[in-house]
Amino acid sequence: MSQTFDDISAQLRRRHRRSARLKWISMGALGLAGLFLVLFFADMLSKGLPAFQQAYVQVELEYNEDAQRMGREAMEPEDAKIVSRSFERLIPGMLRDDPDLLGTTETRWVLANGEVDQYLKGHRSKLSETERQAVDEKVENGQVALKFNTTFFSQGDSKMPERAGIMAAAVGTVMTMLVTLAIAFPIGVMTAVYLEEFAPDNRLTQIIEININNLAAIPSILFGLLGLAIFINFFGVPRSSPLVGGMTLALMTLPVIIIATRTALRSVPDSIRHAAFGVGCSRWQVVRDHVLPLAMPGIMTGSIIGLAQAMGETAPLIIVGMVAFIPDVSASFTQAATVLPAQVFTWAGEPEQAFVEKTAGGILVLLAILIFLNATAVILRKKFERRW
Amino acid sequence: MNRILKSRAFKTTVIAAAVMGAATAAHARDQIRIVGSSTVYPFASYVTEEFGAVTEYPTPVIESTGSGGGIRLFCNGVGEGTPDITNASRRIKASEVERCEENGVTDVTEVKIGSDGIVFAQSSTNDAMALTLEQLFLAVAAQVPVDGELVDNPYTNWSDIDASLPDREISVYGPPSTSGTRDAFEELVMEAASEEMEAYGGEGYTEIRADGVYIDAGENDNLIVQRLTEDTEAFGIFGYSFLVENPDTLVASSIDGVEPEAEAISAGDYPIARSLWFYVKNQHADDVPPLYEYVDMFVSETMIGDGGYLMDIGLIPLPEAEREQTRQKVADRAKLQVSDL
Repeated sequence: MSQTFDDISAQLRRRHRRSARLKWISMGALGLAGLFLVLFFADMLSKGLPAFQQAYVQVELEYNEDAQRMGREAMEPEDAKIVSRSFERLIPGMLRDDPDLLGTTETRWVLANGEVDQYLKGHRSKLSETERQAVDEKVENGQVALKFNTTFFSQGDSKMPERAGIMAAAVGTVMTMLVTLAIAFPIGVMTAVYLEEFAPDNRLTQIIEININNLAAIPSILFGLLGLAIFINFFGVPRSSPLVGGMTLALMTLPVIIIATRTALRSVPDSIRHAAFGVGCSRWQVVRDHVLPLAMPGIMTGSIIGLAQAMGETAPLIIVGMVAFIPDVSASFTQAATVLPAQVFTWAGEPEQAFVEKTAGGILVLLAILIFLNATAVILRKKFERRW
Repeated sequence: MNRILKSRAFKTTVIAAAVMGAATAAHARDQIRIVGSSTVYPFASYVTEEFGAVTEYPTPVIESTGSGGGIRLFCNGVGEGTPDITNASRRIKASEVERCEENGVTDVTEVKIGSDGIVFAQSSTNDAMALTLEQLFLAVAAQVPVDGELVDNPYTNWSDIDASLPDREISVYGPPSTSGTRDAFEELVMEAASEEMEAYGGEGYTEIRADGVYIDAGENDNLIVQRLTEDTEAFGIFGYSFLVENPDTLVASSIDGVEPEAEAISAGDYPIARSLWFYVKNQHADDVPPLYEYVDMFVSETMIGDGGYLMDIGLIPLPEAEREQTRQKVADRAKLQVSDL
């Protein structure tokens, strides 16, 4: 039986319908993913943006003798109620350091406490009715105002939400990532170079390869346990330090870098190697002068993505003690520090309402850094990528 | 020789050795190390921050490891790598003191800082529900006595337990078994109630039902509070400070006729209350100079006193006589004996 023209065109229509359907389903999947992303960003932005503003209050400070003991004695009693304790407690120290201040007066803008801040932002606040009126009056006189929150970017963690900042966590993250990079990058790249360019293809290297692929997939908390057992308990590296955190995360990042580097090396065509061998280069010269430079963009991209992954990690860091209350910005690799995701985790557990916006604010900062890192990876790839 | 000194490999080795050396160098330190209970953590971190701000010493490092985990780290031994203080939301056990002593931690001072209540609360869109300890136990126990026999908990609605309670489904968000709050709940509610009941033969019964009525909601009490605002039928079990922070969204149940309020908890009238403690390793006092300066600040009246800063964030102060006792113990560096427990 032969097919008629109608049969064939019906079949063709069916096939076209099918491909159109597939297209719509794929677009729907993309749309759904996009919708979730938009919802997440909208939620974080609406909750987190207020964190970048903070209530400040203008107060008259009178440095009298009582203020040497109790900071609040330097203020009017009604001011003392709305000024943050984080400022008030510093006054005795200021007077100790600079005795000339005693007996002088000064008008300055200082941090208001968290309740005033939440009240101005229209959130729940524990201020009493009379305190609210006092604040309203000061707002009209321009003595209380929301200003850009420099504290959030210049200070470490605090129990007082108005004084809490991400600086200590950001510095901790940078230091931890430096350690991770310094360990994982050279070891990872050299391992990949050996496996790809030098190692014979035998049972042993196959087993190693399978194990590396496996390592890339195991839950990150296991690396934390490994870090605790080896680095802290055996080598005595200080707990909670960026050094131990970085070393632990390096273990986690190594397989990612090795795999990315091997893929990058493999994509360099053999003709390059053959040509180099042909003019008498040694194996080492071939790798160093020809293969590695050509593979570098791929290696960098893989490393940055591995690093970004390590940056968002908290689980292994709980085990090595980096999820802790760290108000001071750490100054050395062996001093206690915390990292951005750990800071977000800590804030999420605080009972005070004002920490909700700090948590979201911290997430925004973390997201901004991750987007920056990933964008760098894309740009590197686009700029240096070579097609064969 | 010269070539060796110049070689890159040599330099790398030297740098690596220097890093390792710096990492393991052990000296007296200025930074106090604290571990322990997540319930005490908010109070302790408030004091550490204050300590870092007003003294010349660095802010102590404080990790929230849970009471049991903290005591284990604390009792690992004496010296640089071990914590100086551990916080606990329960008293140290005799077995733990013995382990401490085996590891050379022989001089420990016990400091009682205040009380904490565990509340049973729901969304404030509902009417408050007064419960007895026994009713609360019957709602969450895995097996309950029916006609003198232990059977799997059959209660699905509050009115099944007692006709005077509303006809609402029982649903409870509570802490997981790793939490100190859960330990305290099992001891203060489960054991206390079941010891009174004949069917359990006078022994404490602590098994919590696993048929979906009691839901593990994770260590984070904030999550429980958030769930309650959405799931208005449900109850939650969490620390008193979270009730204080959410007065307009939550309403707590009275237990045996006592409302969870600061005074009732402090006086011991509210049945689900516990004391909070920390333990100081006196053997570190010489190597860690700020140790007792911190402890003194913690037990000062401005912190743990009536109207002190810690009260603002939910600590329930001890009666005045007990606060004095605490300060006396600290001044004496009183040594904890197994026989005290």
